[in-house]
Amino acid sequence: GSISGKIIDEANQPLPGAAVFIDGTSLGTQTDVNGNYQISGIKSGNVSVTARFVGYVEQKKQITVSATPQVLNFSLVPDSRGLDEVVVVGYGTTRRADITGSITTVTTKDFTKGQITSPEQLIAGKIAGVQITQGSGEPGSGSNILIRGGSSFGNNYPLIVVDGVPLDQGGIAGSPNALSLINPNDIESFTVLKDASATAIYGNRGSNGVIIITTKKGESGQAKVNFGTNFSVATLAREADILSPAEFRDLVTNAPTNTTVTPALKTKLLTQLGNVDTDWQDAIYDNAITSDNNLSVAGTYKKLPYRLSLGYLSQDGLLKTGTLDRGTVGLNLNPSLFNNSLKVNVSLKGSLSNSRFADGAAIGTAATFNPTQPIFSGNQNFGGFFEYLNPQAGPGVNPLVGLAPRNPVSFLDLRNNTSDVYRSIGNIQLDYALPFLKDLRANLNLGYDVAQGRGTIIVPESAGFAFRRFADANGANKSGVNNQYKQERSNYVSDFYLNYVKDIKSINSRIDITGGTSYQAFEARNYSFADFSFDGTIRPNSEPNFPLDVPQNRLFSIYGRMIYTLSDKYTLTTTVRSDASSRINPEDRVGIFPSAAFAWRISEESFMKSSNVFSDLKLRVGYGITGQQEGIGNYSYLANYALSTPTAQYQLGNEFFNMYRPLGFNPNLKWETTATSNIGLDYGFANNRITGSIDAYYKNTSDLLSNITQPAGTNFINEFTYNVGNMTNKGIEMMITGLAVDKTDFRLSLSFNATFNKNTITNLTLVDDPNFIGNRFGGISGGTGNNIQINSVGFNRASFYVYQQVYDANGKPLDGVFVDRNSDGQISDKDLYRFKDPDADVFLGFTSNFNYKKFTGGFTLRANINNYVYNNVASSTGTYRNIFNPLEFLSNGSRDILNTQFSGAGDQYFLSDYYVQNASFLRMDNFNLGYNFGQVFKGTGNLSISGNIQNAFVLTKYDGIDPEISGGIDNNFYPRPRTFTLGLNLGF
Amino acid sequence: CKDSLNLEPMNDVTSEIVYRTPLGYQQSLAKVYGSFALTGNAGPTGQPDVVGLDEGGNADYLRTFWKAQELTTDEAVIAWGDAGLQDFHQMNWTPDNSFLRGLYFRSLYQITLVNEFLRESTDAKLASRGISGADADRIKAYRPEVRFLRAYQYWSLMDVFGNPPFVTENDPIGGPLPKQIGRAALFTYIETELKAIEPELIATRAANYYGRATRGAAQALLARLYLNAQVYTGTQKNNEAVEYSKRVIDAGYTLDPNYRKLTLNDNNTSPELIFTINYDGQRSQVFGGTTFLTHAAIGGSMQASDYGVDFGWGGIRTTKALVNLFPNPTSSPDRRANFYTNGQNLEIASLTTFTDGYALPKFQNKTSAGVAGTNLTFVDADFPLFRLAEMYLIYAEATLRGGNGVAGTALTYINNLRTRAYGNATGAVTALSLDLILDERARELHWEGHRRTDLIRYNRFTEATYLWPWKGGIRDGRSVENFRKVFPIPAADVTANPNLVQNPGY
Repeated sequence: GSISGKIIDEANQPLPGAAVFIDGTSLGTQTDVNGNYQISGIKSGNVSVTARFVGYVEQKKQITVSATPQVLNFSLVPDSRGLDEVVVVGYGTTRRADITGSITTVTTKDFTKGQITSPEQLIAGKIAGVQITQGSGEPGSGSNILIRGGSSFGNNYPLIVVDGVPLDQGGIAGSPNALSLINPNDIESFTVLKDASATAIYGNRGSNGVIIITTKKGESGQAKVNFGTNFSVATLAREADILSPAEFRDLVTNAPTNTTVTPALKTKLLTQLGNVDTDWQDAIYDNAITSDNNLSVAGTYKKLPYRLSLGYLSQDGLLKTGTLDRGTVGLNLNPSLFNNSLKVNVSLKGSLSNSRFADGAAIGTAATFNPTQPIFSGNQNFGGFFEYLNPQAGPGVNPLVGLAPRNPVSFLDLRNNTSDVYRSIGNIQLDYALPFLKDLRANLNLGYDVAQGRGTIIVPESAGFAFRRFADANGANKSGVNNQYKQERSNYVSDFYLNYVKDIKSINSRIDITGGTSYQAFEARNYSFADFSFDGTIRPNSEPNFPLDVPQNRLFSIYGRMIYTLSDKYTLTTTVRSDASSRINPEDRVGIFPSAAFAWRISEESFMKSSNVFSDLKLRVGYGITGQQEGIGNYSYLANYALSTPTAQYQLGNEFFNMYRPLGFNPNLKWETTATSNIGLDYGFANNRITGSIDAYYKNTSDLLSNITQPAGTNFINEFTYNVGNMTNKGIEMMITGLAVDKTDFRLSLSFNATFNKNTITNLTLVDDPNFIGNRFGGISGGTGNNIQINSVGFNRASFYVYQQVYDANGKPLDGVFVDRNSDGQISDKDLYRFKDPDADVFLGFTSNFNYKKFTGGFTLRANINNYVYNNVASSTGTYRNIFNPLEFLSNGSRDILNTQFSGAGDQYFLSDYYVQNASFLRMDNFNLGYNFGQVFKGTGNLSISGNIQNAFVLTKYDGIDPEISGGIDNNFYPRPRTFTLGLNLGF
Repeated sequence: CKDSLNLEPMNDVTSEIVYRTPLGYQQSLAKVYGSFALTGNAGPTGQPDVVGLDEGGNADYLRTFWKAQELTTDEAVIAWGDAGLQDFHQMNWTPDNSFLRGLYFRSLYQITLVNEFLRESTDAKLASRGISGADADRIKAYRPEVRFLRAYQYWSLMDVFGNPPFVTENDPIGGPLPKQIGRAALFTYIETELKAIEPELIATRAANYYGRATRGAAQALLARLYLNAQVYTGTQKNNEAVEYSKRVIDAGYTLDPNYRKLTLNDNNTSPELIFTINYDGQRSQVFGGTTFLTHAAIGGSMQASDYGVDFGWGGIRTTKALVNLFPNPTSSPDRRANFYTNGQNLEIASLTTFTDGYALPKFQNKTSAGVAGTNLTFVDADFPLFRLAEMYLIYAEATLRGGNGVAGTALTYINNLRTRAYGNATGAVTALSLDLILDERARELHWEGHRRTDLIRYNRFTEATYLWPWKGGIRDGRSVENFRKVFPIPAADVTANPNLVQNPGY
């Protein structure tokens, strides 16, 4: 007899690829794209049928089989417990039940929908303790990813492992973001390892957390084809708040004359008031179209499961002329050989992207360029663009006014910076269950990650910003640019490990032991080129000494992990890794990184089993030590000499010599060490309709890689990287997910996460020095050498270091009046104080998904609380001195000048705490609505459509264009667009 | 696998490779000298020697030295709002001042390079590398030259910071924390060093020695050192100042007939220059040095191309205190009065307004014949660290202060300068006084990095007896605390090196 039927999910949507089998037989199949299955050849009688799908509760049904075909439908519900679910943990997998560390997995069904062009955006806002901040609105731009506040002063980027290949952190010339070269549609899951008991297996790269990306694999059964296309329009969400042409004219005309705006200067600059109204921001931004198309075929050919995907993305930037075209191809083959004893996984990903980069200089100049002057001059000079012309023209005189800004639009139209970037990531993984010892598996993983980026920058001779760039060997002025750049990177990894898993029923125990080695070699090939004018004339002395440099570094590691589970209640995990890094001197090269963690599944205890309150309750405690070696130069421990460039020669007698410079070095450099303690609780209520976790952590980083002052006379450089300093991050993070409504036609799930993190620097110096103010950094625009941030003991990393502004009775800041905090009668840098910092105290994520009949929908909200931003646009442009530029041209500026009336005299107002502004925000990252038509084309296809808004709104009191600024200095930020997307998905 | 972790860079090399050849020594010598002029290994910027600071603005020796020596005085004001920059003229700088930090670390950087060069050029090292004969002799002759550079930088540190840390070739890289040296002890060290190398240095300016330290340079520094001995040690050394200035005067240098040429692109051909920092618009590019002194002095209605550059930076001017030292300053018979006044106010209402204060295009990217430099951004003119006119002035002043010079000779020397300035004898004076010498120094040497040292020697730097516009941050000037006669040791090094004690008052 035969059975057929349909398997649907909680939203009544078909579940393709679900397994259905007759218990106790070898009969079984998988559902097709419409969720239908059929099994024939079943012996008559009572049988038990099981339906199973990853992430869903397995369901068994009894049926009596006879000659008449039977229909048996299943409706699977998601298994939020997923206890038997396999979780990727680095060098293997383990059962979710046995997890002892803080690990969160997000799979396809929970990914953010819409126009996602860079993979990390799929999970933004969805995991407690993980902050993902899109770098900017530029096509292909990367994100800043911060897990539990990071662990360093410098590099806080987590280690990212794609299908077993740890990626090179370095970017590639011609691509702003290495991850953007991976097609988000190929990704099956993200697993984020947060605490040290989870990341210590990655040793000296584990301190900032680890993100493991797993791509989609082949499926059994017939080829299934999926085609998806998204079409979107990106719009400018908010412009920089600058004076309108009318306001500008009014302000310039009525500006009081004083020491900044002298009568002579004012008289002169009034002549620069034109009679047109130009919205320069409107001139540089435009709505941008993106089209993203993906085709995938997955199935099994003979016995070879495969998945092939093709993607093509064509994206325009908001900033005119910026474009990104990216083609991707992904192939996964995962056959099993020798009676399933050898599992092979071949994964190949390739991408080719072609970009034209819009020059970001347009953003700043559009905000400050005189709005009463036209875009075009009406003549052919300088590409037809209006430029400030020198009134005293004559032979030998530059027709352009020196140091005046150039036409904003000209930066876009006349600079053609295009690049091609190829990247391929691939690996072959062989997993062999040894025939003589069934429970022992050997795993070999060979992988690579190679990339090449190359590009050209062409600027015509007419461009004002590249006019008369240099004089050639004969003294003739040369203009324009005709340059190239090129870089290659490669990274090869080979891992081998043995894994032994044994259930020892006699003592109710299970052991899972892994031990192995890893070798990884990184190499970059950096090409250098001379500088050319548009007509191909070489700039004198611009030939590089060395056209090629090949920096390298390597890692060799040995690691082991043991998981011991007793009675399915108590689990102990211990890991250890020994890392040897080529960046560290041979004597101190090897570091040992241990961890231990314990989990107690309280809900499995007999006293809890009777309770109806908790359906799941697990307590986890863990401790581990991890390291960080990013931030150490490849050769920083070696004493070397470097030759100077041809424009840095020195004349001795009648000859010029290239100079040999001894380089700063530190033979004792080693990795940072972070010790992390974690205590967590996983819980489920109401038969796991409500689930979640809560974790508290304490991270103490010591031997921080700090750039510290070298005692003068002791090194060949005044600041160098040393292992000095301690910093703590402590925090609480919680996640809760619940099914608020669970009806046949209507389901609503809500998910909320919150993270509290507190960062404190606890030491910065080799020798305790209470007078040490700290290390200042964070250069700002305005003046030269002004720094706004400081790392100081007892304070949050990167606190703002500012003067305390004095206000009048009406709350208006008084120009140049600050609190004399040390009461010495003058305002000097001794009056600076630490005021707020860019890190949010709390960040929240709130996600909801619903299904109503054939409709689906959802949104993602994110909020940061008490993150502060230095508004550099206001501080550098919102003053009379900026508008009446002493170099004798008019500039527009921030409307903030209407509030402050700041003169801009002196150098202290830049550092006023007035400009450090609370940038707390609530942002709707994503809102989507979809409709599933179900079967179309006479049942051969499945069609769904969706609409999506990204960056739907931002609620904030912050005055700048965006409150979410990595690093905390807001200066000419490439705006994040508001994007409207229409999507269509067709499956066969 | 162990060996495969021992990696070396592709283009950078070890000291053993650098010093295998005489050329390598020359290229290392070029770095020791070049760190006077250049801010790093890539011109103009990109591979800084002194990091953590704006490379062009805060880490160049001459630019930061000049700011410390000139912006603090009546000779110069600046319009820019860089952090800490206005503090110089307002006399409220702190140990965190980034220009002072740049100057301090630049000086000690050059000293560290000298120490390394001395360690790598010992007889034993040369022998071990198989360098002998004429090659070895030539390399050995570099040693007194770099010792001169070290003595100069210690003089600069002593004058500016008073009590710096002290390291020589006997202190290896990564060695124990350097000890601090007192001003008087450092004076003795510099004096001893200079006297030791005086006979070893080449006596005269041979054709192939331009830009290199000669015996005249060591003697000139000794003369300057002795003139200020009272300030540095509490004891006058006027006889020695007379003696060493005379040695230079008698060594064959002559006054350049054209005063203007001394700060123009062809000053390398001047017979007056004793020791220079060399710049070249094409091959030695830097945003400090004479590039700064030329560009920053141009603003207002000045036409950049008149001075051989593309653009003005609208920064530095002077006060009426300097202007009024010249008779009829806007068209003075004294050719050293080279003010640009069109659109400029003599009175300074605002320090940060370029048109307040007369402009002073003393340094230009042009030859004395008016030919512009080959690069319109980077200036060719070299900077005279020592020139003959200063020796005349030292001789005269030390004589007036009781040194055993000849009064008549002193008067002749001063009138030599004044005759050159006036083009004839109408400017000659008949008697000398210390006040006249101080004024003459300003007229002759303004903007060449002497003024702060001079005012301190005359007790007019911090005191109420001499005020200039905006001294101490108020329009008519005020006296400031006496401790400001030395600058603070930068806080960064006080923290890094617990052996250092901060100067009093800071």
